[in-house]
Amino acid sequence: MGKTVKFVQGNEACVEGALYAGLNFYAGYPITPSTEIAELLSLKLPPRGGKFIQMEDEIASLCAIIGASLTGCKVMTATSGPGFSLMQEALGYAVMAEIPCVIVDVQRGGPSTGIPTHVSQGDLNQARWGTHGDHAIITLTASNHQDVFAMTVEAFNLSETYRTPVILLFDEVVAHMREKLILPEPGELHTVERLKTSVKEGVDYHPYLPREDGRLPMSDFGGVHRYNVTGLVHDMWGFPSTEPRVVHGLLRHLVDKIENRAHELARFKEFHLEDADIVLISYGSSARSALHIVEERRRRGERLGLLELQTLWPFPGDVVRTRCARARAVVVVEMNMGQMVPWVKLAVERPDRVFLANRIDGVFITPADIHNILRIIQGRGV
Amino acid sequence: MAKPKLKRHLINRDWCKGCGICVELCPKHVLELDEQDKVSVVRPQDCICCRLCELRCPDFAIEVETEE
Amino acid sequence: MAVKDYLRERFFPHLWCPGCGHGEVLGGMIRAIERLGLKKNDIVMVSGIGCSSRIVGYVDFHTLHTIHGRALAFATGVKLARPELTLIVPMGDGDALAIGGNHFIHAARRNIDITAIVMNNRIYGMTGGQFSPLSGINVSATTAPFKTIDKSFDIVELARAAGATFVARSTTYHAQHLSEVIEKAIRHKGFSVVEVLTQCPTYFGRKNRIGDAPEMVKWLKDHTTPVGSKAKQENPELIERGIFVDIEAPEYCEEYSKLVERARGGSR
Repeated sequence: MGKTVKFVQGNEACVEGALYAGLNFYAGYPITPSTEIAELLSLKLPPRGGKFIQMEDEIASLCAIIGASLTGCKVMTATSGPGFSLMQEALGYAVMAEIPCVIVDVQRGGPSTGIPTHVSQGDLNQARWGTHGDHAIITLTASNHQDVFAMTVEAFNLSETYRTPVILLFDEVVAHMREKLILPEPGELHTVERLKTSVKEGVDYHPYLPREDGRLPMSDFGGVHRYNVTGLVHDMWGFPSTEPRVVHGLLRHLVDKIENRAHELARFKEFHLEDADIVLISYGSSARSALHIVEERRRRGERLGLLELQTLWPFPGDVVRTRCARARAVVVVEMNMGQMVPWVKLAVERPDRVFLANRIDGVFITPADIHNILRIIQGRGV
Repeated sequence: MAKPKLKRHLINRDWCKGCGICVELCPKHVLELDEQDKVSVVRPQDCICCRLCELRCPDFAIEVETEE
Repeated sequence: MAVKDYLRERFFPHLWCPGCGHGEVLGGMIRAIERLGLKKNDIVMVSGIGCSSRIVGYVDFHTLHTIHGRALAFATGVKLARPELTLIVPMGDGDALAIGGNHFIHAARRNIDITAIVMNNRIYGMTGGQFSPLSGINVSATTAPFKTIDKSFDIVELARAAGATFVARSTTYHAQHLSEVIEKAIRHKGFSVVEVLTQCPTYFGRKNRIGDAPEMVKWLKDHTTPVGSKAKQENPELIERGIFVDIEAPEYCEEYSKLVERARGGSR
């Protein structure tokens, strides 16, 4: 029997990926352009015995899925810029208390109400630094529906593996356009289940004592181990502590468990990079236009290449450095005012050779928008 | 139901913070604060085992033990 | 089991000020749970931020100390995910009804089986004595040096209007009554609210010269009266205590399981 092929919106590809990964608790609040995720899950979760609830606002939505995650559920919420801003304090709580959850931010024109039905990629740095205090975060994205599905599964896997929130930073173009999606068979994509503690009842369970491999086995609320979960700096039992040694240890643990694995966490795609002398770096729907112009110029013998980033945070600096080592120019292609440019400049040997091809007017960036920058780089004027 | 007979008051001096709620609100004035501001039983014979001291204590520092 | 078996004794004496009423609310809660015979593994206690919310650190249950005002949203997630668990949510007055007001009215509207205990000492204690939406007018506080002009609202009427199906008010003077209404609230299937009038001697008492902790507790005796009592007619200033709402209505998690049946049965 052949594979199931669907012709769906990106939002639906995300939903299918989440269900494939084992999603069984969703809480959300309507907001363009992510509402279809909530609508589809209100339809698809109940028949599977999964839980769907529409909360009173985005703050409550993220808080509710954190509560559900503590009982052992695989959880998700979806929103867009304004809701994502409201979620930041609770996101920080999930980071501090190390609670697996997936947060989808389908970016729209910002800031503020912006252009709800149009596209931007202006939340890139909010995903990294939206919540306060030193912390680390994992953020993934995708440029097509097959990858939306795969990255959504990956988001659940990484949230369980590292016991952390993971942000899926999609955008309105991918979310709303329709495209082919081939549904992977059960078992075809690797999925990570919740790591449960093996400590027996009556024996002291430490919710925040990492094993040698750095993993932190969990114990479901309602189970045999009773412990405390808090947003305060806490000791290995989860109780508040302000002891400098404990504070330093916890913060180092929260950051290192992700930043030290930036290499392992790096998901990306390479197109014609082997001999590229101009490397385009892009992500999300912008990468579609970037790929188009690379393919078109390759046919005319120009040595262009594309590095499409799927992991945004922790920023894959090593991958960028190595793939741009031979490039005489690097062009970041994104729909904001160059939020990724400084990170690329930090990673490459020749930051002065990093350029930006962007669009900030709510219209999807096209190959033509990239064309002008290339001409300048190639010294041909516009 | 026979009137409960007081065996003793169990007092946890470490937990008592000398707030005086039990002392002031004991219907029979059985209790007082000593010089370290800790609750002490001065008129045990007047105690009617109503347990209000125990129920109202914010620090779980006093317990009324009765004869079975 | 004795009261102490429900406590995390290693953290005592607790951090609340001498004479603070929160310790007594904790005692009332524990005694109610003891009488109900609930198993410790079946209880999840969820609190927000503030003096009152540190209560979860002292009880030997599954405890979730969340962020200011959001305890009920977290608790909704826990309850809907595992309806068989008993959810108890102690909060401060500001925690529940200032920043938390939106989640309070919606949890009540849903009538989800959660017991909300509002420890109303009419002040923000943790941050050093600012007035709260429950302080009422003509009250002094560190942010009301010229006395408050903010009217407070009636938590009982607010909870009733929002849809809570069990609403009661008690005080730290009426210790036995307090524990009994908490017991009824936990046993009730649906959203239960227990407002506890309690004392903050360190800030509210001092700033408003009401006297020490025993004086403040006596104040609660003299200024409250049973629901529907004659005294209330003669002196409308008195605050009524007792059970105001105790009705049966569809509970959210039960309605959700019916929804799952509908979804599985294919009928919309």
